[in-house]
Amino acid sequence: MSSSTGSTAANPPAAGTTSLVGRLRQRYPLRSVLLGLAAPVGAVLFALLASAVILSLGGHSSSHVFSTMLKQAERPTSFVDMVNQAMVYYLSAVAVSIGFRMNLFNIGVEGQYSLAAFAAAYVGGRLTGGGPFHLIAEVLVAVLVGAAWAGIAGVLKVTRGVSEVISTIMLNAIAVGLGSYLLHKLGESSGNNIQTRPITGSGQVPGLSYSGTQAKIFGFLFVAIAVGLAYWFVAGRTRFGFRIKATGLNEQAAVASGVNVKRMTVVAMLLSGGVAGLVGLPELLGQTHSFSQTAQSGLGFAGIAIALLGRNSPVGMALAAVLWSFLGKSANQLDFIGVPREIAAIMQGVILLSVVIAYELVRRYRLVLQQKDVAAQLAGTPAAPVSQAVTA
Amino acid sequence: MSAPTAPPTPATPADPQNRPAVRRRPGRLSPQLLILLALGAFLVLSAVRAFTGGNDLTSSGTIAAGLSAAVPIGLAGLGGLWSERAGVVNIGLEGMMILGTWGCAYLGWQHGAWAGLAFGTLLGAAGGLVHAIATVTFGVDHIISGVAINIIAPGLALYLTKVTFVHYPGGGQKQSPPISDAKSITLPFSHWLHTVEDKHWFAVSDLAGVLGGLVTRLSLVTVLAALVVLASAWILWRTAFGLRLRSCGEAPYAAESLGVNVYKYKYIAVIVSGALAGFGGAALAIAAHQFRDGQTGGRGFIGLAALIFGNWRPGALAAGAGLFGYTDAIQLRSSSAVHPLLLLVAIALVLVAIWQWRTGQRAIAVVAVVIAALAVLWYVDTDRVPDELVGTTPYVVTILVLALASQRLRMPKADGRVYRKGEET
Repeated sequence: MSSSTGSTAANPPAAGTTSLVGRLRQRYPLRSVLLGLAAPVGAVLFALLASAVILSLGGHSSSHVFSTMLKQAERPTSFVDMVNQAMVYYLSAVAVSIGFRMNLFNIGVEGQYSLAAFAAAYVGGRLTGGGPFHLIAEVLVAVLVGAAWAGIAGVLKVTRGVSEVISTIMLNAIAVGLGSYLLHKLGESSGNNIQTRPITGSGQVPGLSYSGTQAKIFGFLFVAIAVGLAYWFVAGRTRFGFRIKATGLNEQAAVASGVNVKRMTVVAMLLSGGVAGLVGLPELLGQTHSFSQTAQSGLGFAGIAIALLGRNSPVGMALAAVLWSFLGKSANQLDFIGVPREIAAIMQGVILLSVVIAYELVRRYRLVLQQKDVAAQLAGTPAAPVSQAVTA
Repeated sequence: MSAPTAPPTPATPADPQNRPAVRRRPGRLSPQLLILLALGAFLVLSAVRAFTGGNDLTSSGTIAAGLSAAVPIGLAGLGGLWSERAGVVNIGLEGMMILGTWGCAYLGWQHGAWAGLAFGTLLGAAGGLVHAIATVTFGVDHIISGVAINIIAPGLALYLTKVTFVHYPGGGQKQSPPISDAKSITLPFSHWLHTVEDKHWFAVSDLAGVLGGLVTRLSLVTVLAALVVLASAWILWRTAFGLRLRSCGEAPYAAESLGVNVYKYKYIAVIVSGALAGFGGAALAIAAHQFRDGQTGGRGFIGLAALIFGNWRPGALAAGAGLFGYTDAIQLRSSSAVHPLLLLVAIALVLVAIWQWRTGQRAIAVVAVVIAALAVLWYVDTDRVPDELVGTTPYVVTILVLALASQRLRMPKADGRVYRKGEET
């Protein structure tokens, strides 16, 4: 962000600015790119090292474990599985990162998506026919329920000053109870399981075939990509996105430039919750077609980790989502070689913790470098008025 | 925020008769008022019990179960208190509790409950150390570090279970071998209390039930936990060490300027916080006689809720833990007994509404009355509260407290802020 502009100011423009490579090098100086990559790469390496230590303490061969995981990823079935999981993670990460941009910590994605998925499943199961409106109704219900549940935290924050971290933690737990109550009250029993009425025909999203496997890639992939594009555009190219970012970076400055922070807080929370509402849909509309207690949980917390790993960037989060999904899915194979698959969860957690530490270290190192740059510049141009002012 | 208190009247120092009375700090109730409130709540509870015939509301069995359910919650909350009083938010309590349950089972199944308790506490402290390294040394956002610990801990506990407990008798993929019980004590006069309790007299039997529940088969772990609460209150509020520790949570830069080693105090606080959460987890494992995957069931977060409910103070925190443990126990014993609690909620909300109206918060008073009316409606309209919703009581209560009484809440001023020595902005 600021570092790239700072460095371009320090470096004189390259002679060949007309060539693409030259322009790229000017926009993204090598040092800044390397520093940016150092943190995530270092964190992943550290996590590999830490898990290798844990594996060897448990008497397992770490190289065998890692090669098994890599081989697993090459199989078409598990590849499709990973893509499907990654898009779910991605939606969750985008939801979290909308809040992050404004310094809002939406821990409540977990509760928002589970209630939203239930509501969408219930409405979708009740409706029959209706062509495209069936699908639109489902998505709309999910977005509205997710936004409403997040909106409670937003309103509590601006009217009563309640920290959104606390209120969303509480709302998550309430959503678990409320969801299971509603499921028992409104669901239908099938076997030992209670589930909502299955969604039929026009309410389903057809999957994409992938050669070499029966498994389908969820059609929701396009929605996830669209959400990513919209996020990139709104956050980076519109006045609204700028205001959100400005409020997050410096609230006083934003207020001074006419931003209504309270309103922005509620809107950001609603948007975040709305996207969170989509998280449960790929699986619901593409595969299970009904909501039950076995629906995936823990996606909200994964979203927090992925948003941090990808630094709220649309592309970065996509890469992080793929990594997360690779770790989670390829570990399933480990049970067959007698290694507990929980090693993947350990790796994920260690990556998260070490990446935030690494980002902090890189940030401090950058500050030192910038100070050195400035010092070198000032020393190089003794006649400049700036240095006179400093020495005076 | 709290209404500004009247400016201090410049009392003439020459006239000692006319000295203004020591003004109470806002946010604290006098002991007399607290006793009155507790007595009032007790009488209302017995009245509701007598009126609805829900004898389980104050039976000794419910109280005993509530007490043992309150112990892990209270210890987790106490862990939160230590850490947040030093300015570090600890969302990782849940993860540290899980480490405690696993650690307790690891030593406990062979060497008895006390060895397990010690090791569980130690593992919790290790979790606290990780949180301290991340937040204090590296200045990572406190919430993020907590989330990471909550991801790592359950994975690590289950991984370790699969490489250790599977090979032992009675252990499995997701559980440990059984842990022997900790000693429990029963006071000699408790059978009289049970006789009185069974008469179902208004107030008298209720009192006997409550006392009977507290002194019958009282686990020594519970006694130890109560002592830890008292010790924490004493250390944090009555010693120089505690004052310095709390100063790190209120004004770390000022504390540093007065010679307090803020990093050191934060480290101590967060490690103690993890140890207490680990203790809570160990208490949970001992009560359940084994480690099971998913055993903590969000109790770390309920502890956090108790901390907020208790306004970051130990006594009220313990009361909150007791309340949450009580609702947990009553739901397990008889779900029909929860139904009368709706009336209690309504009464409490009306009291809140009256108080808020008098302090000028009209809108909040109206909201409180509306919610109270809904609770009464719900009570009249149904015979029982669904089990799934009873489990959410601690969270709903905390949200209501935050929403309706937040002007009385005061968290440590620098709570959750990253502290870097010499970088005040």
